Amino acid sequence: MRPCEQTVCIFSTIQLTMKSPTVAQLENLHHAYGAQPALAGVGLELAAGQITALLGPNGAGKTTLIHLLLGLLPCRDGSIRLFGDLPPGHRQARSRIGVMLQQSGVQHNLTVRELIEMFASFYPAPATVDELLEECGLAGLDTRRFDRLSGGQRQRVLYALGVVGRPELLVLDEPTTGLDPAARRRMWAAIETRRAAGTAIMLSTHFMEEAERLADRICVLDHGRVRATGTPDEIRRRVPRDTIRACTSLSSEQLRALPEVQHVRRTEAGVEILSAGGTQTLRALLDADPDVAGLEVRAADLETAFLALTDDTAQEAA
Amino acid sequence: MNLEAIHRLAWLQLIRAQCLNLVREPAYTLPTLLFPVMFYAFFGLVMVPGQSAWLLCTFATFGVVAAALFSFGVGIATERAQGWLKLLRASPAPIAAVIAGKAFGAMLFGLMIVVLMSALAAGLGDVRLFTGQWLGLAGVLVVGTLPFSLIGLTMGLWLSPNAAPAVINIVFLPMVFLSGLWVPVTQFPTWLQGFATWLPPYHLAELALHVAGVKPADIVVAVAVLLGYSVLFGVLTAIGWRRLDGVRA
Repeated sequence: MRPCEQTVCIFSTIQLTMKSPTVAQLENLHHAYGAQPALAGVGLELAAGQITALLGPNGAGKTTLIHLLLGLLPCRDGSIRLFGDLPPGHRQARSRIGVMLQQSGVQHNLTVRELIEMFASFYPAPATVDELLEECGLAGLDTRRFDRLSGGQRQRVLYALGVVGRPELLVLDEPTTGLDPAARRRMWAAIETRRAAGTAIMLSTHFMEEAERLADRICVLDHGRVRATGTPDEIRRRVPRDTIRACTSLSSEQLRALPEVQHVRRTEAGVEILSAGGTQTLRALLDADPDVAGLEVRAADLETAFLALTDDTAQEAA
Repeated sequence: MNLEAIHRLAWLQLIRAQCLNLVREPAYTLPTLLFPVMFYAFFGLVMVPGQSAWLLCTFATFGVVAAALFSFGVGIATERAQGWLKLLRASPAPIAAVIAGKAFGAMLFGLMIVVLMSALAAGLGDVRLFTGQWLGLAGVLVVGTLPFSLIGLTMGLWLSPNAAPAVINIVFLPMVFLSGLWVPVTQFPTWLQGFATWLPPYHLAELALHVAGVKPADIVVAVAVLLGYSVLFGVLTAIGWRRLDGVRA
């Protein structure tokens, strides 16, 4: 083996074994509002330069988890360690974290520049206002009052307030809710820029597409429990993308044998098939049963997807 | 930049934001500012001649108490509901500066009311005070907003933004009336007069009357009562603040 090949070998080994430093460690978190449980044993690790998506329907516990991480709720059961050994809410931890909360208001009579300057003053080494306006697509809006901005522009300002401190950890609670598709893509691009700069990012979303597109790791949360964690590919294999409804003479077993089928359920009207790839399943279904009727194909909503995941977990347990 | 310097900058930014808040909401600021001044013009100068110095002190007290209660009570309740307060709590912003910014805004507002009313009293009324007395009156009333700011803050931390204005009015109007800010306590029925000595606006007005040289007051008692209320509502504010941590978003 020639020396340079050896070097390459060693280099790639180092790359493989080098893990991005852990920025936050969440273990076995439980939380309840009165008698109503919101989180039941959630653990998570956030690493530098990685986007972790918390994926779940409304009421899954995403916001509760984020509030615990930020110290907005007291962490009574379980443990959260930030940047080594800081507890959530600690001032030193807060100065290393950037935040964008869901449906957050600001003092609405301040201008974009005034808001950004205010938040910049909270952090030790903030970005300059002009550089940030550019990064967040707010160029030319700096003298506009917040209450005179469009919904998408407001969302971008709130994002700018989250990243102005050049935080090591960026927490985004449903950053693209209410945005149109173009604005959503711009927000994704901005988030990816931060990841490239080495920021650990946790974002919550109820859009499967968003989690798939952005995340390095997805944590599927439902009813306060982690249903699945993994890379987008791993999750995609487990979460159905399409729902097919049909009236067919095929048995459930025959239907389950069709390609990409993950789940089959009998309903009054016929059958409901959850599939990881609607087109393939449909093609095979039409081949197998030319008399199939009442066909209806649509994207599986998250609730349906979770049902399948929940069933999975039940089956695994059994 | 060291942490101390960051702190100072953040304090300045948060105080500046409160001042801008006053300037940029004329629909709120002007009525709140002009209402007590107009009140004074009617009753102090036109309707009840010969009492303009006395009424200057009590109506100015009325004005600063209103400014402190409403700017804190309604302001914090609204910001809490909007999520602005939560964003600030999650950020590294020094929370003391958030509160101090508000207190500063309320004091500035109080100062404007006192200055406007004093100008009216000296220009159109027959109120003649020494420079020291004018300054003393303004100083006492501005510093005297403290207990009322804390009362407002406590209410703002507990009340919804819709309930806040109504509930504050229900507390505020009887409180200033029973404190003798509109009609002197001495004209109340005897059984009602005793109430006033338990109420903080009565004691702030007493101090104002004293420094303006209108009527001597028991300064020690007045200061003690105002401080007592400050401590009580300071504690309640701290409890209300802690409670935010446990409230579902």
